Amino acid sequence: MTPLAAFLVVAALVFAIGLAIALTRRNAILVLIGIELMLNAANLNLIAFWRFSPHANRHNDGLTGMMFAIFSIAVAAAEAAVGLGLVIAYHRHTKTTDLDAMTRMKG
Amino acid sequence: MIFGISIAFLLTAILTVLGALAAALLKNLVHCALSLTVTFAGLALLYLQLGAQFAGFSQILVYIGAVAILVVFAILLTRGAGIPEYRDFSSSWLAGLVIAAAVFALLGWAVARSFPANIAASAAPAVTVQSIGAALMSTYVLPLEIVAVLLTVALIGAVIVAMPESRTPKSGAEASGGK
Amino acid sequence: MNFSTRLDQIFVLLQHWIEGFFPHWLQPAVGAVVAVIAIVATFPGIFAVTTVLERKGLGRIQNRLGPNRVGPLGILQPVADGIKSLTKEDIVPRSADAVVHFLAPVVLVVAIFLGYAVLPVGRNMVLMNMDAGLLFFFAIGASTELSIFMAGWSSRNKYSLLGALRAVAQMISYEVPLLLSSVVAVMITGSLSTVKIVEAQSGFTGIFPHWYVFTPWGFAGFVLFVIAALAETNRSPFDLPEGESELVAGYFTEYSGFKFALFFLGEYLGMFSIAGFAITLFLGGWGAPFSFLGFVPSWAWFFLKLLAAIVFFIWLRGTLPRLRQDQLMNFAWKFMLPMTLLNLLVAGAWRFLGDGWSRWVICSLVLLCAYVLLGRVLMRHQRLGPRSYRYAE
Repeated sequence: MTPLAAFLVVAALVFAIGLAIALTRRNAILVLIGIELMLNAANLNLIAFWRFSPHANRHNDGLTGMMFAIFSIAVAAAEAAVGLGLVIAYHRHTKTTDLDAMTRMKG
Repeated sequence: MIFGISIAFLLTAILTVLGALAAALLKNLVHCALSLTVTFAGLALLYLQLGAQFAGFSQILVYIGAVAILVVFAILLTRGAGIPEYRDFSSSWLAGLVIAAAVFALLGWAVARSFPANIAASAAPAVTVQSIGAALMSTYVLPLEIVAVLLTVALIGAVIVAMPESRTPKSGAEASGGK
Repeated sequence: MNFSTRLDQIFVLLQHWIEGFFPHWLQPAVGAVVAVIAIVATFPGIFAVTTVLERKGLGRIQNRLGPNRVGPLGILQPVADGIKSLTKEDIVPRSADAVVHFLAPVVLVVAIFLGYAVLPVGRNMVLMNMDAGLLFFFAIGASTELSIFMAGWSSRNKYSLLGALRAVAQMISYEVPLLLSSVVAVMITGSLSTVKIVEAQSGFTGIFPHWYVFTPWGFAGFVLFVIAALAETNRSPFDLPEGESELVAGYFTEYSGFKFALFFLGEYLGMFSIAGFAITLFLGGWGAPFSFLGFVPSWAWFFLKLLAAIVFFIWLRGTLPRLRQDQLMNFAWKFMLPMTLLNLLVAGAWRFLGDGWSRWVICSLVLLCAYVLLGRVLMRHQRLGPRSYRYAE
């Protein structure tokens, strides 16, 4: 069985790439893609720790990690929907999705 | 098995990271969204390798079946499939890259330092869908209900935010003060 | 083992016999490969038969003969179709996105074939007995939507894009009633595993089977599942995305030759797999309809029911007119979603009302009243004239 460290390194790599996308690209939708990648990396961490945790002494039937990941998937989907709705609404108003141009709140 | 890492894990991990890199570097937005889908699929395969069947299939159903399509629709509705009139990378891209590399270095250092013995796996937990259902209804019923309310609120909120404004001005104040 | 059991398990015995030629550690892999070869050989074979059946059947419904040149009564038509699609020139538009254009049919066919892994075609005849088998099938089905979008977008053609967006919107809208109407069967069985769902329906009271379709909530669930399944696979009357008279050919306008054949194959295979799941969930899977017919092999019953489902789908295609996009979406969100949610409630009530005739009456009444009320409320603004008939002279 692959050691836990391997899964954690992969998750850290995906998280760093998601962070890089969110910080360096100019399109608002790509930033949301980066955020989704970061959430997924965190989910991978949760499930990896759930799998490798000692199951002898646990409360809640030892399902905490899996449950956290499942709820995180649901919440991330909802957040993606709202975020993309915001981007679409902003685009309808200013005809652009360029983040560097979204610098003022005045319509 | 190289250094104790199975071939299946290695291939899936390479697929996932390549998909994420492609999402970061490609110019065409729809290609970025499709490589994001490949990343999601790779992650679902990793969950299956970890024995989390329900989480893996939920990942495919929710992320590939819904979030990826949502992203693609948003790209099409904002006409991002053509050539954008602005450059791909922001003017402060170097700072962003440095920060991301620093975060990865920190996380990698934390992982390397805290696992002197590289924990091996205990026997796979026998998790059935029935036990997940029972747990959802007994221990986790409060988060379940809260997530249900959250999803409803997000649904209504997304519809209201993305709804086009009505063409006819209902009143002077609303027409001039709206958004 | 007596003769009928041996006949019932003949394919399993064949698989074990082939496995016997290989060393012990290789046997599970060989068994899986044999099962996969069987699936890849059987269902495209059924696809070939269905194309002839459909064209002849539709022809007869529309008062004309179907193809009748190739072979006696036209039954060798699939051979001619296969040769045509393999030898036609593969045209890719110059401005099309070549990589995505190539990958779209591949992704579709791969995803659809993966869905057959959890379909129990007979007693002990399922490729993977997964604990969350039904969830696997629906997850894979959700992935096919992405391939349709890829096909429509990569062609750089307005008709294709419109068709793809319509198809994806339709599939997403009908995904929810599809899942909710199958949850009823899962609820009463207590497991997501397709094998357990079929086994829960394999008992008999007297000579009548315990199929879920013979209960009020099962019947409603079956009807809703079939309607949602028709919409998921873009079959008439929900085939606006590929309507020949509307959008040239919808999202596969720019595909020719073998790629078009792959799309065609993928669509029909998707239809078979979802019909197979309707049979598994509600019609008792491989179970016999009467207890005295148990000597017929289980896989024969499954394929007979699949054939009946295919004939029913072809019949619907020839009979019903196409639904408009907004009618489609209204139907999904305003009618099917409330009905499936109510069905869930009724199934729960069924479970807790205990045995006896009262639960039949209560559940049937609730569903019937809801159906009538919802229908009346949604149709109150339609001004329909009196029905008139016209016949071809």
